[in-house]
Amino acid sequence: MAQILGGITTSHIPAVGNAIDKGLQDDPYWKPFFDGYPKVHAWIREHKPDYVVNIYNDHGLGFFLDRMPTFAIGAAHEYRNEDEGWGLPSLPPFPGAPELSWHIIESMVEDEFDITSCQELAVDHGFVVPMQLFWPGAPNNPDMPRAVPISANTVQHPIPTLKRALDFGKALGKALRSFPEEAKVVVLGTGGLSHQLDGQRAGFINKEFDQYCLENIVSDPEALTKISRMELVEKAGAQGTEFLMWMMMRGALGDEVTEITRNYHIPISNTAAGTLLLECAA
Amino acid sequence: MAQHSHDYHIDIPGTTVFDGRMAMKGYALNKMCYDFNRAENREAFKADPEAWMEKYGLREEQRQAIRDNDILAMIEEGGNIYYLAKLAGIFKLSVQDVGGMQTGRTREEFQAFLASQA
Ligand SMILES: [Fe+2]
Repeated sequence: MAQILGGITTSHIPAVGNAIDKGLQDDPYWKPFFDGYPKVHAWIREHKPDYVVNIYNDHGLGFFLDRMPTFAIGAAHEYRNEDEGWGLPSLPPFPGAPELSWHIIESMVEDEFDITSCQELAVDHGFVVPMQLFWPGAPNNPDMPRAVPISANTVQHPIPTLKRALDFGKALGKALRSFPEEAKVVVLGTGGLSHQLDGQRAGFINKEFDQYCLENIVSDPEALTKISRMELVEKAGAQGTEFLMWMMMRGALGDEVTEITRNYHIPISNTAAGTLLLECAA
Repeated sequence: MAQHSHDYHIDIPGTTVFDGRMAMKGYALNKMCYDFNRAENREAFKADPEAWMEKYGLREEQRQAIRDNDILAMIEEGGNIYYLAKLAGIFKLSVQDVGGMQTGRTREEFQAFLASQA
């Protein structure tokens, strides 16, 4: 059976891809952000996961408002990174793991999570930037695991509740641990932390709330399920609702986790950037 | 549409909750912006914005918001920031520019405001 090694979360700001392209890691603006990743790299090199389940939110590349899945799971041989409208160079396709995808889909639906399966899915910065951060040179990194993308709707309300996100993660964990292959899996939760791009409140960041979330996502994620969705919008900012991906990731890891590394920095672009690596109990 | 039983619409100053009502109001505007994912559509818009807005059936208020480069008016008209970001890209505006435009700050002032929350 497959084993879940742990989970890694990170912000997925589009400007990060550009900073990587230009080699700005030691630039004074970027250094406090990129300093959060060497420990993640070392952990990945040590454990070498075979699969990566990348939980992110599409921002208007893979899905539009004509049909907006609440939870979508990729089931493709590869995932293309395409132009999001800014004409930036796209990365080569990321290799998929359709047999794992369909195993997850079967297991999730049996557990009464109604999901949308996607045999074609273009992936945006929400999926790609974390891969670049964790596997430098991705997808052309020799340790690049095969990927299963999972996208949750945070574009249009109603978005899932924090409880639903955590429960989704728990069912995902069960699905992964029942995959009949001796394989190592890492789960990513991407997006956040607090930020707001739109309205007169654009630029809103909430350090105190982010710290509360960072503490509890490690030790007491159930406490976070008490936060209502409107409270999340109010306290994390309109786009800080991406914290749902962290909840989904956390649910998959089980009760006992060890924090390996954490980083938090304000601001990168318009965002409070957070990174966290949690290892599952063996 | 009163739906008080749901977790629905507490008043958050300066924040528009993009829900079904806004998604319906903004559909044509957002669809045009979503289609800017393709370079040829961006070029077509740049060549003749009025004809391109007509093609997508934008409401007059939406067209005027675009003519005025007024982000807050676009949001009022149902625009969602993730799609509007693609329109902003055509005008080479970063999210900090867009943040400044919405809050009455220059780009530098907006960046300083972000940093002040560290
Ligand atoms: Fe995002």
